[in-house]
Amino acid sequence: MTLAAATATTAHPTLTTVAAESHGFLSPTGVEVAFLLVGLVTFGAALVTVTTKQLVHAALWLVVALGGLAVEYLLLTAEFIAWVQVLIYVGSVVVLLLFGLMLTRAPIGRSPDADSGNRWAALVVAVAAAAALVWVVADAFRTTWIDLDGPAAGSTEATGASLFQNWVLPFEALSVLLLAALVGAIVLSRKAKAESSSPPLNSRAATGSSPSAPNSRNRPIRRNGRSEATRSAAGTEPTARGTASTTKETGPTEASNPVEATNPTEQEGAR
Amino acid sequence: MHLAYPAVLAALLFCTGLYGVLARRNAILVLMSVELMLNAVNLNLVAFDVWLSKAAEETLHSGQALTLFTIAIAAAEIGIGLAIVLAVHRNRGTADIDKLRDTAEGHGPEDTDDDARTAEPAAETGRTGKAEATA
Amino acid sequence: MTTTTLAVLVPLLPFLGAAAGLLLGRTAPGFVRPLAVVPTLAALALAAVVAVRQGGDQAVNAATELTPTGSVPIELALHIDGFAALVAVLVAFVATCVQIYSTGYLRDDPRYPSYAALVSLFTSAMLLVVYSGDLIVLLVGWEVMGICSYFLVGHYWETPEARAASLKAFLVTKLGDVPFLIGLFALATDAGSFRITKVLDTVAHGGLDHPTLIALLLLAGVAGKSAQFPLHTWLPDAMAGPTPVSALIHAATMVAAGVYFIARLLPVFEASRAAMVVLAVMAAVTMLGSGLAALAQDDIKRVLAYSTIGQLGYMTGALAVGDRGAAVFHLLSHGAFKALLFLAAGVIIHAAGTNSLAAMSRMKDLRLRVPDAFWTMTVALLALAAIPPFSGFFSKESVLGAAEHVATGHTEHAPGAAGWITLVAGLITALLTAAYATRLWLLAFHGRGAEAPDHGRQPLTMNVVLWVLAVPSLALGAFAYRVLPDWFDGRDLTPTLTTSVLGTGVALIGGLVTYAAWRHTSAAAAAVPLGAVAAHPEGDAGLVEAEAIATHEPAYGDVAYAPDPADPGRLLLGPLHRHAAVGFHLDALYTAVFVRPVQAGATLVRFLDREVVETYVRGAGALPRWLGVAVRRAQTGNLQTYVSALLAGTVVLAVAVVLVATGA
Repeated sequence: MTLAAATATTAHPTLTTVAAESHGFLSPTGVEVAFLLVGLVTFGAALVTVTTKQLVHAALWLVVALGGLAVEYLLLTAEFIAWVQVLIYVGSVVVLLLFGLMLTRAPIGRSPDADSGNRWAALVVAVAAAAALVWVVADAFRTTWIDLDGPAAGSTEATGASLFQNWVLPFEALSVLLLAALVGAIVLSRKAKAESSSPPLNSRAATGSSPSAPNSRNRPIRRNGRSEATRSAAGTEPTARGTASTTKETGPTEASNPVEATNPTEQEGAR
Repeated sequence: MHLAYPAVLAALLFCTGLYGVLARRNAILVLMSVELMLNAVNLNLVAFDVWLSKAAEETLHSGQALTLFTIAIAAAEIGIGLAIVLAVHRNRGTADIDKLRDTAEGHGPEDTDDDARTAEPAAETGRTGKAEATA
Repeated sequence: MTTTTLAVLVPLLPFLGAAAGLLLGRTAPGFVRPLAVVPTLAALALAAVVAVRQGGDQAVNAATELTPTGSVPIELALHIDGFAALVAVLVAFVATCVQIYSTGYLRDDPRYPSYAALVSLFTSAMLLVVYSGDLIVLLVGWEVMGICSYFLVGHYWETPEARAASLKAFLVTKLGDVPFLIGLFALATDAGSFRITKVLDTVAHGGLDHPTLIALLLLAGVAGKSAQFPLHTWLPDAMAGPTPVSALIHAATMVAAGVYFIARLLPVFEASRAAMVVLAVMAAVTMLGSGLAALAQDDIKRVLAYSTIGQLGYMTGALAVGDRGAAVFHLLSHGAFKALLFLAAGVIIHAAGTNSLAAMSRMKDLRLRVPDAFWTMTVALLALAAIPPFSGFFSKESVLGAAEHVATGHTEHAPGAAGWITLVAGLITALLTAAYATRLWLLAFHGRGAEAPDHGRQPLTMNVVLWVLAVPSLALGAFAYRVLPDWFDGRDLTPTLTTSVLGTGVALIGGLVTYAAWRHTSAAAAAVPLGAVAAHPEGDAGLVEAEAIATHEPAYGDVAYAPDPADPGRLLLGPLHRHAAVGFHLDALYTAVFVRPVQAGATLVRFLDREVVETYVRGAGALPRWLGVAVRRAQTGNLQTYVSALLAGTVVLAVAVVLVATGA
């Protein structure tokens, strides 16, 4: 709870405008107020996650959103789920995502092309979907009341009993699925042996650097340790990098570029 | 607690994730958005489970069990998804989703510097006389 | 074996030979010649056995119905009377001769296997026509002959003449076949059966409702097949085919089919007096016109072709006076001597290196180069000119006798007008026939000028065949006119005194006049050099002939005509010569009346199709194409765009469902 509160206090000022007004007509209880506040934080964090131009920040805001959800689970008395949420999502999934970002040499700092061209279409679709869903859900469950008193519905005991009495077979099947996913991930991410024909592709991609899209390439394309870092759009990044500096050093090889540099340590860590 | 709170929050989170899936360029950001959508569903499942287990004497706790399964599947999904993204990045040098246009009809204006074109002769067939700098 | 089994084998054997020849022609070239000759020879033997067994007695009838075919049944039926038996023997005999002759004539031809197979198929089809007792089965053979003639006339398809001739032969005969088919249907509808016996029964009981219509429709098909005016124009052009094919088509098979068909169904025609008169007029016009045209032709084979048309006119004339015995008698003897004439002409063309009579008349001693052809051709020409005692005399006199019989009103079968028309036209034609036969003989064998080129002796197979054919040309008539009535209707075929004297007299007059004219003009032959000789005298006969035909038009300006002042025909015909040489402009007339309008119509249709219909088609295609281009622009390859569209649609649908469900 303290974690969620802390997160909420940091994130709250920036996000107040979005979704606060739709539930005003309900008579709030204490739990509901807490739920609402945490929900606002969660939703705000989610919004930042999908809109920020800094990729690593997106992952970190995702942590906030997922943590907020864990708090919501707690408020809904589903404590086991909440801790699983913290363990799996905050603990591993986000870390995996960060690894993925690094392995794909995502740029540190603001990348102007984080959003694709159909952002407005996406916005329209998302807003329409949200409007429809909120309308339907609010209309349907306006008066439905969850009785949170009594024994916790999602205590570890209750969950465990249910899981291993009624859901044991799917549970076992799920373990097989996880195994398959494990094997699949290894197979997919392992480097193919016969992969030696790509230098022309890569060099061409690196040298033919986008006369038509001048500000779309600030990501060096490197391969097999070679650094052919052509930074064609180097001058288009005036913003100085200050945040997220835990993963960022100023690379000595890229010292000629004063504004932004991708760190070689990150690449070595990736390998 | 009113059920409307978690339900509306879940809907909003879902649509936020939806926006992310549709609007983000980097594949990993798309994966993050997918996680958001999954979590919205989880929240729905938990909320309805709590409601039903009290109101309707539903003893299977199906909502919570399914939430657990969803979390596990989401973990698997993120692993596989990342592996795919890495493989794509290794082969194509990019993880941008809108660069992976092998199924296009061949007139995308911004794929002039896309190295994936040369590896995709099938895309040449539908080309309608558009000048291709990479040809 | 029963007679029926033997009779079934007769058309079947050449058919199997043809199939085997077509299949094995490439893989086993050694079998081609035996496969060509042996089945035909066997068919000849079987046909002879069938003829002997039938012996002019009661007709052999056999039928089997393979499957029900609706209201009018179609049966595989045999109907062998004396006519069928004897005509089949003739067909098989001539076909055998042609096959043997072809082995020598086309010995170097690369397409000999398919040629031989087609000749076998042709023979088989003709035998089917002859033996068939069912009109639809007969029609099958009839049409197979049509397509075979197309292929065989176009054997030298490298030359434009052969291509044009084969197409013309096919189209003109088809032009007659369409009414023929309708006529067959009408006949079968009236008679309730396609069986010839039943049809004849119906006719005998006066059961035909539309005899004139049916007879005229059938006549159109017969005119096309038997090259009667006005559908005869394909036959002279068909000379572009190899000479053995000409012999086969003109002597025994295709052209005989029409005459034979009328002979079979003569009661049907007799049921309509108008049809008989039309038949007589047709025969008369055909005879006279072809006789005049034959006198003016320069190509030796075209002379023979027109002569064939004329002789067929005799046969149709005999049918017009209701005497099918005389018609088939003439068909038999004509088959023998006309086959001989053509085959001998092939030898002469090979030896002379040209098919032009004008060029031959400037060659000395051609007869010494080809003595076999000279003697046999002399026999055949005498038969053609109906000089006693050659076979043509007896058959032609039987025709004239029958005509005279009718003209003087002794029968009620046929109208007297038909008799008179046939008699007069036949006598004039006898004069013309003798004239062009004499002209042919004089020009070909009594030329003056340079020595004929010496190409050595002709192949043995070719000469033997000539002598074999010379026997019936010489002796068939005198032998047969006493025997044949037993096989036919029993009507007397003995020449009557009046017509014999008249016919022989006019023939002698024609010959003598031509000889006199030739004496008068032949002095000019040496003065006017003329001629073109094939470039490859060492090639086989087929090659020489193909070259001769192909070079005739460049050398003389026309396929049929040569500007030769030494031609006795020119003197005899006078101003008619120019018109006769081109067949009295019938081709030009047809071009103006039919070909041009059809071509103009085709041009119009093409214009309408290309410019009008196709515009709509293109328009119909363009709209979807533009739509496709527009839709294709959506295929950006960007998955997010796709998913956006998908989800937008989902949202719209979901909202719509909710609205409907809530009744809003």
